[in-house]
Amino acid sequence: MNVTAARLGYLTCHACGLLHRASGHAHGLFCTRCGAALHTRKRDSVARAWALLIAAYVLIVPANVLPVMVSGSLFGSESDTIMSGVAFLWSDGSWLLAAILFIASIAVPFAKLLAMTFLLVSVQRRSTLAPEQRTRLYRVLEFVGRWSMIDIYVAAILTALVQFGGLMSIQAGPGAIAFGSVVVLTMFAAESFDPRLIWDPVEPHGR
Amino acid sequence: MADRPEPGAPDLPEAVAVPRRRFAPQLIWLVPIVAVLVGGWLAVKAVLERGPVITITFKTAEGLEAGKTKIKYKDVEIGVVKTVSLSPDRKGVVATAELSKEAESFLVEDTRFFVVRPRVTAGGVSGLGTLLAGPYIGIDIGKSKQTRRDFVGLEVAPMVASDQPGRRFILRAGELGSIDVGTPIFFRKVSVGQVITEELDKGGTGVTFTIFVNNPYDQYITPSTRFWNASGIDVSLGAAGLEIRTESLVSILVGGIAFEAAPDTGPEPPAAANTEFMLFLSRAEAFRTPDRVVDTSLLVFDGSVRGLSVGAPLDFRGVTIGEVVKIGVAVDPKTFAFTMPVLVKLFPERLAGRQFIGTKATVSESPAVRLSRVKQLIDKGLRAQLRSGNLLTGQLYVALDFFPDAPKVKSDLTAKKPPEIPTIPGTFEELQNNLANVVKKLDKLQIEEIGADTRKLIASLDETLKSVDTLLQGADTLVKRVDSDLMPDLRRALDTAGRALDTAGATLNSANAVLASESPLQSDLRQTLMEVNRTLAAIRALADSLERHPESLIRGKQGAASP
Repeated sequence: MNVTAARLGYLTCHACGLLHRASGHAHGLFCTRCGAALHTRKRDSVARAWALLIAAYVLIVPANVLPVMVSGSLFGSESDTIMSGVAFLWSDGSWLLAAILFIASIAVPFAKLLAMTFLLVSVQRRSTLAPEQRTRLYRVLEFVGRWSMIDIYVAAILTALVQFGGLMSIQAGPGAIAFGSVVVLTMFAAESFDPRLIWDPVEPHGR
Repeated sequence: MADRPEPGAPDLPEAVAVPRRRFAPQLIWLVPIVAVLVGGWLAVKAVLERGPVITITFKTAEGLEAGKTKIKYKDVEIGVVKTVSLSPDRKGVVATAELSKEAESFLVEDTRFFVVRPRVTAGGVSGLGTLLAGPYIGIDIGKSKQTRRDFVGLEVAPMVASDQPGRRFILRAGELGSIDVGTPIFFRKVSVGQVITEELDKGGTGVTFTIFVNNPYDQYITPSTRFWNASGIDVSLGAAGLEIRTESLVSILVGGIAFEAAPDTGPEPPAAANTEFMLFLSRAEAFRTPDRVVDTSLLVFDGSVRGLSVGAPLDFRGVTIGEVVKIGVAVDPKTFAFTMPVLVKLFPERLAGRQFIGTKATVSESPAVRLSRVKQLIDKGLRAQLRSGNLLTGQLYVALDFFPDAPKVKSDLTAKKPPEIPTIPGTFEELQNNLANVVKKLDKLQIEEIGADTRKLIASLDETLKSVDTLLQGADTLVKRVDSDLMPDLRRALDTAGRALDTAGATLNSANAVLASESPLQSDLRQTLMEVNRTLAAIRALADSLERHPESLIRGKQGAASP
């Protein structure tokens, strides 16, 4: 059995790193040095993660249905959803680009949502199954988070660059906002999730 | 826990505990609620904005792309093609399109859909934008009230949208010429419309065009407007020199139709839409006086009609009033007498004098009345005659003229159909006939008998001459006898005559002296005559005064009484 701070009755300040002795209260503790809130586990971690995740689930629908980019030119305007962009690149022969776009903009966000759901469910069920793999999954999740924003980056850059009045202009569509929200929400969800919860059922800290 | 001694961590500070608020709403749940609200609103909006789905059948799916091809009205996007598939009978393609909500009312019975592709026509270039952006489906909204969901698309965009103000008219022409769909219509060289359809007539006898004249200009089309093909350049060489007419550069290149009101027509109400007009080949033809009344007549010629052709003019003292329609041969089966019947068209309006008066003279009389008038004219000597129009080519024309000396003809015009106008031989024909008669008469003379008679005559003449010779000889002897016997007596007689003449001369000389100018007889006579002259003058004065004062005969001269 490993020794953990919680089991020994200690608390670290997440802000300044000062170690405290935990008092009888589990909540409402503050650092004596910097005044930051102290807690053995993140507060309401699972509930927050669920709330953000559900919001992300809701918004991923318009993110994929509504146009991400509206490009207007002399000869009419055209609006593209993420999927139509992938399809266009694929039919155009740029399979590599299509694959990148597909992975970054469709596969990864969905995978993140599913992975997050899996982690939350397993934590709530106090599952003891493969905690190491689940922790690794969480690390990957956290790392990958910001990279699924490339679609939004592309749209933002093009919107800023391609503005030639009536000749040609590109606007970000409503789908881009939804998609960005999905990415941000999943990042927050991953942030609010406490990976130590994975290990709690495996190594109960005695209380 | 604090009481529990921990090795290696002796004086750890105790965390400050602050009592927790009892009610702390978990604000984080606002996030999914907002997300659900936004998502729900978007979904509801999408459902509410969902418009009707229609199918359009096209011949080909060229340029149509599922999910891409737009449906636009006045360049506003109102829908998009969802699927493109083959029609069940494989004769065309069926495009299924989803339209926006506000397009619901556009889908009526006579709404037309068409694919807008780049097009280069006579009038110009259209749909250039579709070169890069790809074709789209255009819509021309109908006026019907009956809704419809399945349409048959047109292959080419209609030239004129149904809501464009203006009117359609129908032109009929013998041939297509250089006119095409899109050919401009000119009015006083202003482009006012275009040809929208061209169609071969059912029987193949002509071509029918539908033209569209834009709104402010359609009022200039009245029932008497003339249309003509204004394509290319019209060059005419007349008495005024070389004349070149053209409408515009466009019409030189691609053709055109021009119209103008007929001359001598007063203000008229504009023609109704879809009125039919003739399309003339040229301006000159268009403004020729139209012959609305046409009578046919039959002329029967006895002689050859060589040189007369169908279309030859019927001429009345230089004015063409008709033309030859048909030339035939007729034979009497009993007598084998051949005649040449010639059918002619007569335009009685040309005789009505409208060209001169300039008013709208109409031949309003019924055919029967006109027929009786023709009969009167025939009784006055109206005859048809073949005349030579061109001595070199021998072309003939039919002349109508009055020949009061022509033999009377008993004509019953109403009996035959068409009525027959009597003919008389032409001048040339007459000359020919006369010559033939002379030759015939010469032919009849018995020249051989004449020769024999002449020979006899000459023989008898010979004898006569001989007797004359003897006669002359007798005369000769007679003269000789006279010479010898009578001459001395004659000389004597002449001598006495000479003397008598001498005495006569002397007598005449004395008479001459009496009558000379200075002779007393002469001067006496002159004096007497002068006296008479003066007397006569006095008498004239008396007569004058008497004429002025006749009363002086009774009362005497007034002036003398009181000087």
